[in-house]
Amino acid sequence: MCFNAKRLSKLALGPVLMLLSAFALANPEVNQVNMAPGVTEVGKEIYDLHMIILGICVVIGIGVFGVMFYSIFYHRKSRGVTPATFHESTQVEILWTVVPFFILIGMAIPATNTLLSIYDNDDAELDVLITGYQWKWKYEYLNENGENVSFFSNLRTPQSEIYNTEAKGEHYLLEVDNPLVLPAGKKVRFLITANDVIHSWWVPHLAVKKDAVPGFINEAWTRTDQTGIYRGQCAELCGKDHGFMPIVVNVVEPAEYDDWLAGKQAEQAEIAALMAQEFTLDELMERGEAVYQRNCLACHGANGEGGVGPAIAASAVATGDLSGHLEIGINGVPGTAMQAFGGQINDVEMAAVITYQRNAFGNNMGDLVQPIDVFNHKKGQ
Amino acid sequence: MIRVSANPVVDIVAKLVTTAALMFAFVFVVMVPLYNVLCDALGINGKTASSAYTSVPAAVDEDRLVTIQFVATNNDGMPWEFAPSQTVMKVHPGAVNDTVFLARNPLPQPMVAQAIPSVSPSRAAEYFHKTECFCFNQQPLDGQASAQMPLQFIVDQDLPRDIRTITLSYTIFDVTEMASGAIAAR
Amino acid sequence: MGDHHHGPAKGLGRWLFTTNHKDIGTMYLWFSFAMFILGGAFAMIIRAELFQPGMQLVDPAFFNQMTTLHGLVMVFGAIMPSFVGLANWLIPMMIGAPDMALPRMNNWSFWILPPTFLLLASTLFMEGGAPAFGWTFYAPLSTTYAPPSVTFFIFSVHILGLSSIMGSINIIATVMNMRAPGMTYMKMPLFVWTWLITAFLLVAVMPVLAGAVTMMLMDIHFGTSFFSAAGGGDPVLFQHVFWFFGHPEVYIIILPAFGVVSQIIPAFSRKPLFGYDSMVYATSSIAFLSFIVWAHHMYTVGMPVAGELFFMYATMLIAVPTGVKVFNWVTTMWRGAMTFETPMLFCIGFLVLFTIGGFTGLMLSIAPADFQYHDSYFVVAHFHYVMVAGAVFSMTAAVYFWLPKWCGRMYNEAMGKTHFWISFIGFNLTFFPQHFVGLAGMPRRIPDYALQFADFNMMSSIGAFIYGASQILFLYNVIATIVAGKPVSDEKVWDGAEGLEWTVPTPAPYHTFETPPKVDPAHAHS
Repeated sequence: MCFNAKRLSKLALGPVLMLLSAFALANPEVNQVNMAPGVTEVGKEIYDLHMIILGICVVIGIGVFGVMFYSIFYHRKSRGVTPATFHESTQVEILWTVVPFFILIGMAIPATNTLLSIYDNDDAELDVLITGYQWKWKYEYLNENGENVSFFSNLRTPQSEIYNTEAKGEHYLLEVDNPLVLPAGKKVRFLITANDVIHSWWVPHLAVKKDAVPGFINEAWTRTDQTGIYRGQCAELCGKDHGFMPIVVNVVEPAEYDDWLAGKQAEQAEIAALMAQEFTLDELMERGEAVYQRNCLACHGANGEGGVGPAIAASAVATGDLSGHLEIGINGVPGTAMQAFGGQINDVEMAAVITYQRNAFGNNMGDLVQPIDVFNHKKGQ
Repeated sequence: MIRVSANPVVDIVAKLVTTAALMFAFVFVVMVPLYNVLCDALGINGKTASSAYTSVPAAVDEDRLVTIQFVATNNDGMPWEFAPSQTVMKVHPGAVNDTVFLARNPLPQPMVAQAIPSVSPSRAAEYFHKTECFCFNQQPLDGQASAQMPLQFIVDQDLPRDIRTITLSYTIFDVTEMASGAIAAR
Repeated sequence: MGDHHHGPAKGLGRWLFTTNHKDIGTMYLWFSFAMFILGGAFAMIIRAELFQPGMQLVDPAFFNQMTTLHGLVMVFGAIMPSFVGLANWLIPMMIGAPDMALPRMNNWSFWILPPTFLLLASTLFMEGGAPAFGWTFYAPLSTTYAPPSVTFFIFSVHILGLSSIMGSINIIATVMNMRAPGMTYMKMPLFVWTWLITAFLLVAVMPVLAGAVTMMLMDIHFGTSFFSAAGGGDPVLFQHVFWFFGHPEVYIIILPAFGVVSQIIPAFSRKPLFGYDSMVYATSSIAFLSFIVWAHHMYTVGMPVAGELFFMYATMLIAVPTGVKVFNWVTTMWRGAMTFETPMLFCIGFLVLFTIGGFTGLMLSIAPADFQYHDSYFVVAHFHYVMVAGAVFSMTAAVYFWLPKWCGRMYNEAMGKTHFWISFIGFNLTFFPQHFVGLAGMPRRIPDYALQFADFNMMSSIGAFIYGASQILFLYNVIATIVAGKPVSDEKVWDGAEGLEWTVPTPAPYHTFETPPKVDPAHAHS
């Protein structure tokens, strides 16, 4: 099925289209064999270019292999042929040097045009800073008044699906807790960088792939009129969980985007309010388990048994001095894989996960940490 | 062609060994410096000059306003709070502009930081001149101390007309160990 | 030098201290086959894990060690040494020389290899595991974030580089000084030509690789900041240095394969190679172009648009000389009188599959399209079509072609043909579906994948097991031939074979051409 989505939407077939596109946009499709044209102008240009070059290659291939197989069938010794003795022909050799050269020029022209449009970053209506972390993405919506909305986007697929103890969901490995939400029809500029090693931000349907290099900033852009959920993955080997840091982009109508952004801002305010709240142990344990699975499990193990990082069960840190434990959680351990989570998860989450670590896996410390404790620790009390 | 030895085998071996040695040296004395020079000159990767800009621009272009966007990123294991005091500035090419970045060391012990600038779009890098920048030097901060880190810059009048927004990103790295190593080495 | 006419020494000492080009060639070939099996075993682990979605056999960290070691062992342990072995056996015999120009250095350049690979493999058992940053070892994953074993990895790469440089110097010195009277450059067999050019490439770029790993070593242990932004360096610089080595390296691997195919296709077409001169020029142009295209591996790294365009145009140009080669081979077959023994089958397999790899290479050269292909399985499919169906198929063809000359016994033709067909089917089943999953969005070097990619990955894994198993048949056939193959005494072995190596007795005696042969100046090159 091949149709021009833009033209259809002009025919005011919006709702029908949404239904169709939701169907067409399972991405990637099951057993998909070709590049997806995607939902952006640039993506379609790239797709066309890909198909043109593939077509040229197939035609040349048929020609070359045709001659070769003709030869294999007719010029075989068993047919009693006498071999010819020719071994050069200047005209033919010049011909097959010059002709490919012109074919290449024919390919280079559209390729150059497409490349120039990929590099046309000007006049974006929205800037999003994307930072690659081992092994998650951080999105920050840059805002003129300095009230940036920012959040981390982690793999949502549970370990039980990865380790085959539960049936795998439809979006196995391509689902996150907080997707990147973008408004349809607006030019969005991505500023891409990394926190540790090189990552690469790739969403095939948006035709964006750009390396995230620590210390440097790269640019890319996209604009699509077609709402929907687009899925991608990190494309540059970045260590152990390179295969487990997907990207999900949710393109919505601008009004919906505004609501969402307002919601995110409210959420940040709400977290500020939660800061003042006192939680019970059960509440903290419940929140903490979720935070642990997202942020700690990859290195410290599902049961706190350790792995890349040391064990948490019966560890000196988790069963020792509370402020020492907070210190490591907030500021990390420089020179090791233990990151400074103080800037990555909010104080409520930090309080919850520290409480969880101190009371799960047989670490029955019984003490609990409130968000205000985390806040005070950060302020150096 | 120069003959190193009358024995042709010795001759070619000597030449090839020299070639290999030269290619090894080529990496260090040509590729690395050349890459840095090219990056500084052409703004590959959005690198900006690593020392202060001194020549004074001729005139301020009052007709144009360029948006300067500031972005701050902490590298892995860097616990400082680090952010621009204003995220966006509108400036005239040729004018001298001042701003500060705010930094705070939350740890009890003193630390040393190095901020690495990167400009996007990268072709704007050569038109972005810093006359004063905290990124020219390593920045020490005592435990729990805060600082305002100054930045003074000029956007060149020759900035291509189609560039209307320039993003200046600073990534802050913990170089405490590197810095103490340098002190110990002295 | 003592008595020239003695045979090989007895016992282990023969192999340890030998300076005979045939002995050293044999050792290189067996060593590279052993590495092929080791690298293949790593590949089997990778494909077993990828057989279905979910983590089953290994953990992600070990998976990364497997992809890294698979790449390193195959490139530096299997493919490169196998062609050096072939060069050792054949170059003196093809140019009418009694041995290599520097026989003792030849011994060293082989014997430093086995301990080096032992060291590299031993990193698997070290604290923190083996290198897990891919065979391209991009900084800072390979520096700041590397396991401690990275130091041993760096040391291994240095020694490998040294071995390759010594081997190359030897080949250049031999070709330039030891040719029989009348064997002018433009009369040399194409295999000698391609190796001569390869050897120059190696001398030029192996030191660059050594430079890259030396900078890594200094960053890790001596506080420099070549690749660390914190100290004013740049991780992207690593990629520029690496690919300045890495792209010529690709041609280092494939040019000798071109040489082999250019020897075998004429032999079984019973017709001289078409366009010998243009083959030489095409090889030289490819070698030259290989130095100015490196950044096409880095289109998404954030280069200025002018850089992207330059590297795109330069890369597209490579299609011209490569096309010339393919056209020449096909025209060599045209109006010949072909037979299809195993070496010829592998060469035809090479021709078809390498051309497909070339087409995908052309597609990858198109920078805007590469934004979608880069670091996906499409790239994995592309370079396996070039490396396996290109280099390994041609190497396999070479073994079948020259084995009777080396040991005086004929391999089992039926088994050889079976080996070809199983390899051909297994190879395509493995790598053709990888084009699909790559285009659909599957990144390379991931231990687990989305359900949409499951069917093609399972196919790929089945194909890999088939291809892997077919190598056991190959090993059996080679050993059975050496031990008990049907004796051959005809000097030419193949009725269409041309060249000096086919004028010495079969099996080739321990010493050949102690008095240089006379090359007929009127007789065309072979």
